[in-house]
Amino acid sequence: MASSNRPLSPHLQVYRPQITSVVSIIHRICGVSLMFGTVLFTYWLTSAGYGPAAFERAQAVMGSWLGQLIMFGFTFALYYHTANGLRHMAWDLGLGFEMTAVNKTGMMVVAFSLIMTGLTWYVALSGSGGL
Amino acid sequence: MDMRSHLGRARGPGSTDNGVEHWISERFSAIALAPLSLWFIYSALGFAGADYATFQAWQSQPGNVILMILFLLAMFQHGQLGLTVVFEDYIQPVWLKNISVAIVKYTALLFCVACIFSVLRVAFTA
Ligand code: HEM
Repeated sequence: MASSNRPLSPHLQVYRPQITSVVSIIHRICGVSLMFGTVLFTYWLTSAGYGPAAFERAQAVMGSWLGQLIMFGFTFALYYHTANGLRHMAWDLGLGFEMTAVNKTGMMVVAFSLIMTGLTWYVALSGSGGL
Repeated sequence: MDMRSHLGRARGPGSTDNGVEHWISERFSAIALAPLSLWFIYSALGFAGADYATFQAWQSQPGNVILMILFLLAMFQHGQLGLTVVFEDYIQPVWLKNISVAIVKYTALLFCVACIFSVLRVAFTA
């Protein structure tokens, strides 16, 4: 197989940062971060599987300031990656390829995820979230 | 001297044979994840800091059991596929790339099974 001359992904360091490239690499960083998040999520959920004592220990870990800081990061990552994932799939349908649209939707993704992260944590910290 | 046939040269490196399935599975799991992720954040607001009994009361409702399992399946499937692409992009030595991808896939499977078991155990011991 002539694998040696297959194309490589663009090398980030030779690109001047633009809205498009920055929004794009944040999508990848958020996706990879969320995979780290699944490890913590698994710890938390399997603790629930072990029973009340383990679960309440896991809840204390998540509720610590460090735990909350990490959760805050994951909240942003999930909103960002979800919104930008929908943007990706609009492109897959051939929509929104004009440069003006690409820049506009990129900024919309950033604004959406900042606002939603703020709102979510406002509800979380004011203790008004209920089921 | 290039010993390949004209056809071989025109085809170039060709297809790797398994990209389409991967690509489609990544999109389908993403479509499922969009609403499931929002549902999960909304739900998590309810059990942040909750004791076991509160969480169990929530996690043993049939709708929540089903949605949680679907969320887990879509999340691990999508994340595993996504991380594979990242590894393929950045890890050069073929043996290291293949081992890394295998570790991601089997770890995702292990975590997914452990999570689903936990959901069911919490739900059925209520
Ligand atoms: C819940 C947890 C999620 C995890 C752990 C996760 C993880 C990942 C990872 C690791 C990648 C690879 C990153 C890359 O290639 O740049 C990725 C790509 C992608 N994700 Fe997610 N993701 C999640 C949720 C979502 C959601 C909710 C959506 C959509 C609405 C989504 C849409 C996408 C798309 C479209 C790609 C492909 C991007 C591309 O082609 O470059 N993801 N995801």
